[in-house]
This record gives sequence, structure tokens and C-alpha cells, in this order.
Amino acid sequence: MRINTLFYCMLQGLKNIFRNKWVTLATVATISACLFLFGLFYSILVNFNHMVKSAEQRVAVTALLELGVSDERVSEIRSMIESRDEVKEVTYLSADETWEKFAEENDFGDISIFTENPLEDCAHFDIYMNDVSKQSELVSFLESVDGIRKVNQSALTARVLTGVNSIIGYVSIGIILVLFLVSIFLISNTVTIGIQMRKGEIQIMKYIGATDFFARAPFVIEGIIIGFIGSLIPLTVIYFLYNEAVIYAATSYSFMSSIIQFLPVQEVFETLLPICIGIGVGIGFIGSYTTVRKHLSV
Amino acid sequence: MRNTTARKRVGSNAPIISLEHVSKAYSAGAPALNDVNLHINKGEFVFIVGDSGSGKSTLIKLLLRELLPSSGRIVVNGTDVAKLKRRQIPKFRRNLGVVFQDFRLLNDRNVYENVAFAQRIVQKSGREIRKNVPSILSTVGLAGKYKAKPKQLSGGEQQRVAIARALVNKPQILLADEPTGNLDPKITWDIMNLLEKINNNGTTVIVVTHNREIVNDMQKRVVTMRKGVIVSDEEKGGYIDED
Repeated sequence: MRINTLFYCMLQGLKNIFRNKWVTLATVATISACLFLFGLFYSILVNFNHMVKSAEQRVAVTALLELGVSDERVSEIRSMIESRDEVKEVTYLSADETWEKFAEENDFGDISIFTENPLEDCAHFDIYMNDVSKQSELVSFLESVDGIRKVNQSALTARVLTGVNSIIGYVSIGIILVLFLVSIFLISNTVTIGIQMRKGEIQIMKYIGATDFFARAPFVIEGIIIGFIGSLIPLTVIYFLYNEAVIYAATSYSFMSSIIQFLPVQEVFETLLPICIGIGVGIGFIGSYTTVRKHLSV
Repeated sequence: MRNTTARKRVGSNAPIISLEHVSKAYSAGAPALNDVNLHINKGEFVFIVGDSGSGKSTLIKLLLRELLPSSGRIVVNGTDVAKLKRRQIPKFRRNLGVVFQDFRLLNDRNVYENVAFAQRIVQKSGREIRKNVPSILSTVGLAGKYKAKPKQLSGGEQQRVAIARALVNKPQILLADEPTGNLDPKITWDIMNLLEKINNNGTTVIVVTHNREIVNDMQKRVVTMRKGVIVSDEEKGGYIDED
């Protein structure tokens, strides 16, 4: 194929967008509306997920050490705990540090008047987890470690968070899947209708000796461009809306900032951007390719 | 009825179109074509006439390789159409100009672009297109309207654009399916004169028509079809009524 034929097909694809501006507008609007809804729900659900995950990671298991455990043994135990997959972070507080922290939290003032540390047997590890559903496994392990005398956990919190997390997981997948399928259905239908209206054009091309590629290429290029534009519009809108929502929540509900923690927009868009562009461009391509194929058998 | 047997033409050239015992049956009902034999030599002007359902459109579709025959053999330009692979069809069609009753122009492109489009398909260079398109537009008498969109033209002018598009790649055969069906009598004659001129330049012209007047007046070869069968094939024939 000549290079200028390829350029001609590309140029025709681009021109078709303006030649059929009402069909283009309807298709772009449908793609934008579908992907806007998809992107909006996606943003909400990943933030829900993020908040629950954050809550999970704030649930600590406390492992109290036996009195008189050597520093070497403390290091060994710490290494053993840190090597576990479900463990995100481990902090160690010696008996003195525990007492100082306790006194500070309870406004004891000057603690130098105490000649002895009342929490002498309270040297401990605070262990934060990646996956709170594995808390009982961790607790069993800690109880078997030589040098740990007691393990404190909040089994109820862990169970509730695990339950909420799995429900949100299923609901998220369900909603995103439904929106994904609805988007694909609506977008491909719109692309199909747009091309059906111009099937005569394809037939003319075929009657006068156009190859399948020559007849199809302008439509496919048009579909890709429309899909791309249709996905960029909702992404831009969501980007600005999301930022505004985060700023509004941070200023209006600052007292809840420890519970409501939004993901940065860049993090949401790391996944949302390729998915939306993939859906738009992918359906634009596949929809136009398959619809044109139906009319090529002339 | 003057001659019920389709006959092989004699001449210096082998037939450019040859149908031998061609039948075409759709899924149900009587066959659209039934054991048709037809030979058309290079440079002939042939009318194919017949009432609705006589098989004229099926014949055109078979010649364009839009359909395959149920049985028999069709050779066009030396190519057995049944043996064509799908990817070979476009190249095959580039040797056949085709004109339809409803013109089938690209309404969003101007006259020049409609004709140039056929040249793009055969991958002509920009320079060749700029030379060939104005030339063929002059031939059909539309040189001054190359910027007009089809909707801005009369029916006759639109059909001239379709003819220019069909001829710009210099096909050996021009198939015209009811080319004057949508035109008034004066324009009809303009178009028929144009087709005759094209034929005089060496292109084989096959015109499917219902128009009794032009068939009777032009005194060309007339193939009459009825219920999928060729019932008459006359060298200088006229329109035969069904009785």
C-alpha cells in the first residue's frame, strides 16, 4: 500500500468526524456519559476501599514482653514479626518509653517524682497489619514466641472491618462490572448505529473496487478518535470534580480527617485513566471494525 | 417472440463476458436465473430488458461478483468469477464501471472528490488524479461544476458524476443498472447519448432498463429476460412486451 493511501484513509477518518457532526456528537455524548458514571463510581468505591484499608491498618495487636528480656532477644523477636507477610509495621516501646507515653497521654505532669516505673513489665511491640483478616493467625504465632507473655487484640474490630471490607469489595466489583458492561453495550450500540446510517457509503466503496482495508480504515480511525475524545471529556470533568470534592471535604469536615482520607487524584487516575481511555478507544475500534465488516460483503 | 435462443457471438475477439448454463437460486422459490447462456463481445452495446423479477438485477449482481451462481460458469474479462478469492474481488471490480439508478454518490463530498475517490481506490498518485479527474469531468460535461455537492445538482448531472466515477479508471466494461430510471425524458436522452459516446470509444456498455423508447430508438443489441430465462437476443432489437 502506498503511504499516501494510508494518509488519505487517516485524513478521511478525521474528516468524517466533521462530515457527520451530529452522529459524532451523539456518540461522543454517549461515551462521555457512560464513562463519567463509570469513573464517578470507580472514584467513590476506591476511596471507600482506601478508607476501610486505612482503618484496618490502624488496628494494632500489642505483644507484651516478659520482664527482663534482653535487647538481643527483642531484636530477634522484632525480626521474626517483621518477616511475616500480614505485618505492615512494627514499633517497639521499652518499659520506660511506655510509662512516659502513658504519663503524657494522661497529663501526669512531672513523672520524676516516681522512683519506680509502675509499668516495668509493659515493654511491648505494637504491630500494624496489612490484612486484618489474618489477625488470629498472627496472635497464635505471637503467643508461641518465647519472650512474649501476653498478646492484646481487638478481635471484634478485626471481624467487623474484615466483613465491611469484603462487602465493599463485592459491591465494588458488582457495580463496576455492571457499569462497565452497560457502558460497553451503549457505546458499541451508538457506534454501530452511526455506521449503519452510512452503510451505503461502504457499499459504494466496495462496488467501485475498494479493498476491505480501504473501506474500513476511515471508519475505524473515526471510531478510535471519537472513543478517545469521548473518554477524555469525562476524565477531565472527574479530575476537577474530584479535586474540588477533596478540598471541600478537607475544609468542611476537617474534624473527620482521621476517618475520611481521600486518595490523591493522581493515585485514582493511575488506574482510571488507562481503563477509561481503553474502554473508549477499544470500543470505538472494535465497534467500528465489526460493524463495517457486516457491510463489506457486497 | 423473435429469438428464444441465446447465441454465441462471432467476432475477432473472445467474449469479454461469457455466461454458460448459469443458474442462480435463492433459498426459496423459483430460480432467479435458469440455465442462462450469454456472450458479449468487447466493444458491444447491449440492452438487458425485462419486467420486474425477470432476473436482470441478479444478472448484474453475478457480473459484479456480489453473488455466486448456483451452477454454471461466468467469465468476465477472462476471469472465472467463481474462482475469485475474496481479496481478489476489489481488483476484479476495478475493471467494471458501475452506474445505478439512484446514482449512489457520496453526498458529503463534492463532484471532484466523488470522482477522485475512485482513483484513490486504485492508488493513483495525486498528480494523476489532478490530471484524470478534470479530464473525465469534461467528457461528461461537468467541468464547471467540480466544486458542487451532489445535492446541488440535477438528477441528470448526478448521473453524469456517477458515470464519470465509473469511467475514470478506464474500465473495459460499464454496467448501468436502470441509469435513467429517475430522470425525465430529455435528460434520459442526454445520458444515453453519453453512454453511446463512451461505447464508441471502445468501452463495452451493458444497460439494464425498462425504458421502451430508448431501446426501440437506439437499435442496439437487446437481450430480453423473463422469469430468469433469456427469451430473446436480437442484434438490432426492440423492446418485447410480455403477452
